[in-house]
Amino acid sequence: MQNLNFLFAAYSLIWFALFLFLLRLGRKLTSLERALQRLEEKQAGS
Amino acid sequence: MKSIKPLYLALAVLTFLLIEGALYMALLQAPTERTMGDVQRIFYFHVPSAWVSFLAFFIVCIASIAFLRTGKAQWDRLAASSAEIGILFITLVLLTGPLWAKPVWNVYWTWDARLTTSLILWLIYIAYMMVRRYTSDPERGAKFAAVFGIIGFLDVPIVYMSIRWWRTLHPAPVIRGGGGLAPEMKQALFFSLFAFTVLYITLLLLSFRISTLQQKLQALKHSSRG
Repeated sequence: MQNLNFLFAAYSLIWFALFLFLLRLGRKLTSLERALQRLEEKQAGS
Repeated sequence: MKSIKPLYLALAVLTFLLIEGALYMALLQAPTERTMGDVQRIFYFHVPSAWVSFLAFFIVCIASIAFLRTGKAQWDRLAASSAEIGILFITLVLLTGPLWAKPVWNVYWTWDARLTTSLILWLIYIAYMMVRRYTSDPERGAKFAAVFGIIGFLDVPIVYMSIRWWRTLHPAPVIRGGGGLAPEMKQALFFSLFAFTVLYITLLLLSFRISTLQQKLQALKHSSRG
């Protein structure tokens, strides 16, 4: 087992980046769906 | 979880399982490379990341051509979604490469043809996103970005061919390049390439759905004002 710190750093980086990207997409999707729902309800009410 | 459709959920589960499989094959099943040791295992995620970035920029190019020909906003949204994912993966390539290079070449970075052309590719698509974001007229911005997306793709074959055209430190290509790989290593690499391709499709569908919702929201706001 040689240079495991580099291997660990590379794989951690990939997972961290993918996790952040997915989190960002998930948050965007949730907030957009909420905003759309609110607007549709508002339009239906008026 | 109410908002996630069954298709997205199934695709997400499949992607997760495939990535876990790729991780198992890369870290546990593939044999240790004799000269480089365990650090060579970075290769099983570094190469698929590069592949996904090339695929993503290819989709940007195709969608940009379709947008300029038809003027349909959905093509522009597809190009933008794919560019974002391409940037993510080319960033991973540029970060994991030096982590492999340090123990093997004894430097994190060298102005080698493959590394330099990859950095240029990253800069091209960062500029592409900036054109999209900072042009005051969104329609003009989309057209500029489409042209940028088509021209920018020209760097992809240059990156790929750079190790054949110039003398570089970068290892020879594994596929059609004479780079000898043990069958178990090839198996791990091809599985990882497949898993990353499915990951790209999942991310693209999710990102495209977000941009579709954004457009729908803007249209609704516009109609409620008018």
